[in-house]
Amino acid sequence: MPTVLTDVVCPYCGCLCDDLEVVIENNKIIETRSNCELGTKRFMEIDTQARLKAPKLRVNGELREATLDEAVRKAAEILVKAKRPLLYGWSCTECEAIRVGVQLAEELGGIIDNTTTICHGPTTLALQEVGISTCTLGEIKNRADMVIYWGCNPMHAHPRHISRYTTFPKGFFRERGQENRTLVVVDVRYTDTAKLAKFFLQIKPNYDYELISAFRLAIRGHKLPENVGGVPREKIEEIAKLMKTSQFVAIFFGLGVTMSGAKNRTIDNILSLTRDLHMFTKCVIMPMRGHYNVEGFDEVVTWETGFPYAVDFSRGYPRYNPGETSAIEALTRGDVDAALIVASDPIAHFPKETTRQLMSIPVVAIDSHESLTTEIADVVIPAAIAGIEVDGTAYRMDHVPIRLRKVIDPPKGVLPDREILLRILEKVREMKAAA
Amino acid sequence: MGTLNVILITGRTISQGITREGKKKLREYMESAAISEMDPEDLAKLGVKDGDTVRVKTSHGSVVVRAKASTQAPHPGIIFIPLGPWANEIVGSDSDSVGMPTFKSIVAEVEAAPGEQVLTALDIIKRRRG
Repeated sequence: MPTVLTDVVCPYCGCLCDDLEVVIENNKIIETRSNCELGTKRFMEIDTQARLKAPKLRVNGELREATLDEAVRKAAEILVKAKRPLLYGWSCTECEAIRVGVQLAEELGGIIDNTTTICHGPTTLALQEVGISTCTLGEIKNRADMVIYWGCNPMHAHPRHISRYTTFPKGFFRERGQENRTLVVVDVRYTDTAKLAKFFLQIKPNYDYELISAFRLAIRGHKLPENVGGVPREKIEEIAKLMKTSQFVAIFFGLGVTMSGAKNRTIDNILSLTRDLHMFTKCVIMPMRGHYNVEGFDEVVTWETGFPYAVDFSRGYPRYNPGETSAIEALTRGDVDAALIVASDPIAHFPKETTRQLMSIPVVAIDSHESLTTEIADVVIPAAIAGIEVDGTAYRMDHVPIRLRKVIDPPKGVLPDREILLRILEKVREMKAAA
Repeated sequence: MGTLNVILITGRTISQGITREGKKKLREYMESAAISEMDPEDLAKLGVKDGDTVRVKTSHGSVVVRAKASTQAPHPGIIFIPLGPWANEIVGSDSDSVGMPTFKSIVAEVEAAPGEQVLTALDIIKRRRG
């Protein structure tokens, strides 16, 4: 008989939707309900040919099956031998595993960094300088009457964000849902999100800083040039007036802002726009976090070390200097001599030159499925999937911790990331004590 | 046929998101990530059709991908390659000392590449290893 599990949490994107129904039978997922396309595939396509079920070690250039003990020993050997290993990934695993990862980085004198470094790292740098006015997604659902998406396309990257949290749903003070809200989209393309908006501002690439500055000037009543970054003055003034007269403005921004132009300086400007609007109304801002627990890594590492990402233990204490201690630079400059990659695929997602460096050092990969990184790794350890095969804690993009549920058992002998990492940590300590 | 000066944007799409886990060796992944989404006007200027191979060049290298008529148009002068090894063939590692490489708004050129092959993800990795 199929069993229907309710209130299941989706471990895909930073929305962490916690209202799913998952139908299981004989330890197999046969259906999910209330899910988006991304989340559905996440649940329905776990047992594919690419699923890793046995540890592997590279012998004479080929990956060969090994026991878990052999793989853990080899992983520990690689990491202990390294002078300054990089421990990277972490955004698609549970907080309990990340906590062990921090212990391991400290024990090894390595660098621990996650995908924040190539998504909202600039956001972190900016908010450390100017602060951030933010809130929970629940508050936005209940209060926001103006929603702005800037440099992000949630219809592709966070498909339920608009319908579940921000624009379409009815809220306590927005009883008619979408009818009570104005949706504005700023993007360089007429995206599927832009197609839903009442106002679409098509900005030229790399003009975010200028357009944000124009809004800051307009809300103060200063004169603007005729056109800023492809957006006519009248349009900017119209939106600025709407911002000032709305009761609750919610701004969401994505990698369109963090990955181009002045990066953290642009974010500094948009956070400051939020602050400026408080002279007239209530305004909050939130980065669109991609992986389901990218925020969780930043939380765990902050409470463990005082810093949110790119933390270097090579001097025996935590040090934070993105641009030096972040994964891209540490790899590209050849500052790290081994890598442990957990639940991530940097070979697919780092720039070419950086991947060349990663391929030149010993790599241990822990993941649930084959990836381009497991292809080049020296040790591959299969892991259970948090939120589907094991429980755990993850943080939604608005910093709300949500308990992930286990819905089925993992393949036989496949452990959660946290247990694999604990075994490696124990072996590392054993080897260091014996040295 | 000639060369078109464009701005390259890389980023997420829903089909790239679906194929990012456990499908990197499959054709499905190539179909979702080894593409250059282009404005229909730009396709016409270049004399290429949806599905034709094009070469995209930046100061960091070049890559052959398939042109695709953009569903997010209009965006003349802008091409979009989804996140993945094809996009990263032509993205630099320099981060302006903040940790974040410039994955968007990169000066690029596109030209038709009839008869040229789009490498698989594994072939790209093999080529990088040398």
